[in-house]
Amino acid sequence: MRKNLNVIAAYSIMMGLIILVGIFQSWNIALSIFNLCLISAVMTMGANIQWGYAGLINFGIMGYTALGGLAAVLISVDPVQEAWSEGGIDILMSLFLIIIMVLAVRYILKRYKKSKIRTYSIASIIILGIIIIRFTAEPGIEAIEAVNPAKTGFLGGFGLPIIFSWIVGALFAGGLAFIIGKVALGLRADYLAIATLLISEIVIAIIKHEDWLTRGVKNVIGLKRPAPYEVNLQQTDWFINLVEKFNLSKLNLISDLSDRQAALNQFVIEGSSVFVKLCYSGLFLVVVIILLILTQKALYSPWGRMMRAIRDNEEAANAMGKNVVKQHLLIFVLGSAIVGIAGAMLVTQDGLFTPGSYRPMRYTFLIWVMVIVGGSGNNFGAILGGFVVWFLWIEAAPIGLYLVNLTTAGLDDSHFLKVHLIESVPYFRFLMMGTGLLLIMRYRPKGILPEKIEIK
Amino acid sequence: MDFANAIILLLNYIFVPALAYGSQLALGAIFVTLIYGILRFANFATGDMMSFGTMVTILFTWYFQSLGISLGFLPTALLAIPFAIIFMASYMLLIDKFVFKYYRVNKSPPVQLAMVSIGVMFVTQAVVRIIIGPSDRRFFDGEKFLIRAGEFKEMTGLNEGLAIKSTQVITIIVTMILVSVLFWFLNKTRTGKSMRAYSDNEDLALLSGIDPKKIVMITWIIAGILATIGGALYGLDKSFKPFTYFNNMLPIFAAAIVGGIGNPFGAFLGGYVIAFSEILLTYAYKKFFMYVLPESMEPEGLVQLLSTDYKFAVSFSILVIVLLYRPSGIFKGKIL
Repeated sequence: MRKNLNVIAAYSIMMGLIILVGIFQSWNIALSIFNLCLISAVMTMGANIQWGYAGLINFGIMGYTALGGLAAVLISVDPVQEAWSEGGIDILMSLFLIIIMVLAVRYILKRYKKSKIRTYSIASIIILGIIIIRFTAEPGIEAIEAVNPAKTGFLGGFGLPIIFSWIVGALFAGGLAFIIGKVALGLRADYLAIATLLISEIVIAIIKHEDWLTRGVKNVIGLKRPAPYEVNLQQTDWFINLVEKFNLSKLNLISDLSDRQAALNQFVIEGSSVFVKLCYSGLFLVVVIILLILTQKALYSPWGRMMRAIRDNEEAANAMGKNVVKQHLLIFVLGSAIVGIAGAMLVTQDGLFTPGSYRPMRYTFLIWVMVIVGGSGNNFGAILGGFVVWFLWIEAAPIGLYLVNLTTAGLDDSHFLKVHLIESVPYFRFLMMGTGLLLIMRYRPKGILPEKIEIK
Repeated sequence: MDFANAIILLLNYIFVPALAYGSQLALGAIFVTLIYGILRFANFATGDMMSFGTMVTILFTWYFQSLGISLGFLPTALLAIPFAIIFMASYMLLIDKFVFKYYRVNKSPPVQLAMVSIGVMFVTQAVVRIIIGPSDRRFFDGEKFLIRAGEFKEMTGLNEGLAIKSTQVITIIVTMILVSVLFWFLNKTRTGKSMRAYSDNEDLALLSGIDPKKIVMITWIIAGILATIGGALYGLDKSFKPFTYFNNMLPIFAAAIVGGIGNPFGAFLGGYVIAFSEILLTYAYKKFFMYVLPESMEPEGLVQLLSTDYKFAVSFSILVIVLLYRPSGIFKGKIL
């Protein structure tokens, strides 16, 4: 108990802050902050596995998040029959060709020794393959995109419950991470950072512009929910009764019957969105707790010890017979898969997939700030980082506004400086994140909750 | 005649824009490479430092414009750049003193410095957005075109026009002057040589009496110059928007790595490699083939290798290929 005092204290303060938001702003805002905090926590756990456990730097978090989101779309949207009949065969053909191409390249790589001829033949296979695939896919893609472009214009998905996408998202992200890991993991740390950053940018470019698969920048909206809809809730009896019970003391103050009904309706509308958010919180909390248990177990397992050994001294671990390359690849895939889950969760909560909204600032660098601030190598720290940083990210604007009003109190309301500063309040969050990161790196380089390994 | 038309077409849509864009990338790439070679970390704040320099240039330009000072047919920004450089160099030195110095003195691993540079990125971005806002700004004034497409057609009697914007010419000339001065400085002067020595082997350089403080200071000043000029030229040619500058960091990194990181000359050429391949691969060649091939063989489609949406993806794919086959870059940089 004593040992974990700082963990408990940090988490209680965090919860207290969110409850304060609930009391002073609204429970709706508090819960949406809490939900996104949970999603951020999943992302930070993924990044923490890679960075904290193994010292691998991954600036491609945005790409995995987007792939998770794509999984949510592909799993939950109903298939567009017409599009499949128009261009499905072409797409399947191209997929088949891609598989043949990959197999051919693999065969050559295995069969022949490294030489100039091998390199050139692989290059020519890839270039030829891309050209052939383009020609087979083009008519299909055009046909698919022409099917009712305002509403569909893409192949759709499998029409399964969206919860499944959390697993599929992990698989997608893990698969991509496997390919990237094969290519890039041998690089030095900061080089790896740049390479992963650029690759994630390619992933986003593909998701944005392959309309037949993702609808691209036209966005996919109205995804199915695992939680009830507000509109339905507002008409069910048990829910209205529940809300009435909760607000009985307030309602009893109103004597007029029609006023009382109006007030109740208002409570029901507010309550329904809070209830839906609570459903999400429950689901997300389950994921966070499962992941936390798994990652904690892994951290204290022999495997976790080996990872730390590799992180702290790669050469020594190698000399002890640990397969560094294989372990790096494994942990890269695992961490990315967790980020993929978070991406699918994010789309599930929003109910829409907007490829244009994936920006490295929000989905890569912010997550890294969370990991560093929270404490890399410590799962509780990483989760806490997700909570603290997301909380500040959202609440930075109100805090910034307050500070601006405080510092410019002496100025006239129409003074150009004050007007300008109030307009730029949203950007104070960047300032806050930056200074926060710099201060933590300087004065508490191990984060709020530093890593501590105890032998059990 | 058709052949001449085809050549002019390529010049107009590929060669001239790519040369200008490449020059802008090249300046950024040299900036990245210098920081990497001498201070030994990947500077993720590159794009935002460039946008900061551009912002200062814009503010000075506005000030001069309000005073009624202009350069005639040249953009006023050229006059503002020297002042912006002074400002920017002091900003860089300030950041170094308060942020980077601590980690350098403590000999922190490069990854930690890269993380710190992310903090600097956030702060710089915030400062830029708070001061000038996130919207698109154009600050070009003066004569817009050196040769207009119409004039060119009249002059030569060809079907295709060649339009050369004055900003493109300014970009190329300024880049050439700046880069030649820089290489002269690095290769011929004593300070430049000691900088290269320091980049090659820090311990040996220190043993032979090179003052590291001076090297670091000069590196930041040069970085300030490159960031301001590179950013301002990009802004003059296209427009200034903080988000675009942040994104430009990616092709700039690609250019620096393709050229061999730590090698300024490689970075310079890397900028052009990236720019040309981006534009060559995304250009629709239909019109070109219409001129070159006989009528019966005219292509049906656009003859575009990749849609322009994948412009960024091109540079990154080149990077991946280079990383796979020549991890030290085309022109031997540091081995990573």
